[in-house]
Amino acid sequence: MRLAGRLKKTFGSATTRRSLVSLTTFVVLWELSARLKIPVLGAVPSPAETAACLVQEIFRAEYWRSWGGSLARILIGFAAAQLLGVPLGLFLGWSRRAREVIFPLVEIMRPVPPLAWVPVSVIFWPSAELSMIFVTFLGAFFTVILNIVEGIAAVDERYLRAAASLGAGKSGLFWHVLLPASLPSVLTGMTVGMGITWCVVVAAEMIATDTGLGFLTWRGYVAGEFPLIVVGMLSIGLAGWLSSGLIRRVGLHFAPWLKN
Amino acid sequence: MDALEPVRAADVADGPPEEAIGRLTAEAVGKTYVEQDRSREVLKDLHLTLEAGRVTVVMGPSGCGKSCLINLLAGYEPPTAGRVVLDGRPTAGPGPDRLAVFQETALFPWLTAFENVAYGPKIRKELKGAQLESAVMELLRLVGLEDFRDKYPAQLSGGMQRRAELVRALANRPKVMLLDEPFRGLDAMTRGLMRDVCLTIFRRHRGSSLFVTSELDEGLALADQLAIFTNRPAKVKKLLDVPFERPRTDQLRSSPAYLALKAEALELLHEEAVKSFKTGAIESADFVEAYGALA
Ligand SMILES: Nc1ncnc2c1ncn2[C@@H]1O[C@H](COP(=O)(O)OP(=O)(O)OP(=O)(O)O)[C@@H](O)[C@H]1O
Ligand SMILES: [Mg+2]
Repeated sequence: MRLAGRLKKTFGSATTRRSLVSLTTFVVLWELSARLKIPVLGAVPSPAETAACLVQEIFRAEYWRSWGGSLARILIGFAAAQLLGVPLGLFLGWSRRAREVIFPLVEIMRPVPPLAWVPVSVIFWPSAELSMIFVTFLGAFFTVILNIVEGIAAVDERYLRAAASLGAGKSGLFWHVLLPASLPSVLTGMTVGMGITWCVVVAAEMIATDTGLGFLTWRGYVAGEFPLIVVGMLSIGLAGWLSSGLIRRVGLHFAPWLKN
Repeated sequence: MDALEPVRAADVADGPPEEAIGRLTAEAVGKTYVEQDRSREVLKDLHLTLEAGRVTVVMGPSGCGKSCLINLLAGYEPPTAGRVVLDGRPTAGPGPDRLAVFQETALFPWLTAFENVAYGPKIRKELKGAQLESAVMELLRLVGLEDFRDKYPAQLSGGMQRRAELVRALANRPKVMLLDEPFRGLDAMTRGLMRDVCLTIFRRHRGSSLFVTSELDEGLALADQLAIFTNRPAKVKKLLDVPFERPRTDQLRSSPAYLALKAEALELLHEEAVKSFKTGAIESADFVEAYGALA
């Protein structure tokens, strides 16, 4: 009875119901287009085939090694980008002089797509692994810096004035106002950066290595195992979704006032 | 009777008795903004004294420079002429001795109601631990927010935010409270209740207060003196004494003395509104309408 209540609460909510409807419709249409051999779309493996392949893959160590490989690259690259990018972004947002010196450099580097860095980083870094991590790092690094700098520039003067009146010194203004006020933009930067990171890592894995979800997908293509391609794609989608969700969770933990 | 008396320096533990705390004087203050090739003189040769333990209400045409004056008094901007003197000493920059509350909330969204109120005394290391806790809770109780101590500003209604911000200022025992239309934008009902909250706050506040409003009834409910500003460039057109005992009852509000004062204020306001209208200020249309309705 209690369980039924819980289930009803989860699945009874309008939002959940709508998501379920949309997902179900998608799968049904997908299956139909495969069955009816609709041109172009019909060539995609059907949900049934994909599910069969997925079940097979789940019991293979290699599938999980692909997850592990991509996750490790993302984790290291993304974490390094935050570790360097957040303080640098805060510093640039804080100091006008630093902004004037360093920002033009950022502006020039930023539009270069991270993937265009692949050849250079393969040459520079001793291993393919390091070069991929580096490219992943770049994907998130500039995004987080730009978001923080813009976030700090947009902090409402009211809060700075109030803090100054209440007795905050220069460091107080930074720690008590600029930092918390720019947290939403830090989180946006991280979420966008995480998206970019997945794009980059998947593409890099197709080019430069033999592990990871990107490689898994690529292998499906090379070997002509089409259901595996779809399994790879779905896995990447799931991984991206999970990591964005995690950022949101962690973010709300540190910035509880942003709830609702 | 004594509950109605403003709390004066004598009631406050620190500071010798009878010494006036929070006497703030604007001496020949002027403010001119220069934008590219044209300059705009907002305040000119303005003299105004806020006496300790007294509430000065400022009214005047929209756009005449009331907020500008508050910014100067709070130290957010320097005057271009004259000076601001607090208890004999010229002021420079903002400080916890002069706290301003504006129409738009400046509560920190990332702090709870409790943390907001505690912020000033805490960072200045004046209070901590149990002392801070009880001082803050006492203030929250004063304005009926004790059950909302752990809510963030976004979770509070507009009226609650205003109350929290008023006691956030009060927690620092400022010498001067500067309130710039703090109840603008609240519905009429809330506004009426906030007026009472404000009276409570003023009773607790030892220093001087400046309250800007566009509602004459609100102004007359709170004021010890009413300063009517001229059209821009603003200065004090007339300083009216409001000698009535508080709270000001319905009975008082229908007394001849009160009505005469109100009529005088209204006429002065109207005069300036018409001038500002004639000089082509667009905002003045609203002003004439607002005061015309009262007349
Ligand atoms: N930073 C600024 N630069 C240029 N002009 C300014 C600046 N701040 C205020 N002013 C001008 O000063 C004048 C007075 O503005 P202020 O906000 O003080 O009026 P107010 O009396 O508070 O009006 P209201 O009743 O609408 O609140 C306005 O004409 C405004 O354009
Ligand atoms: Mg104003």
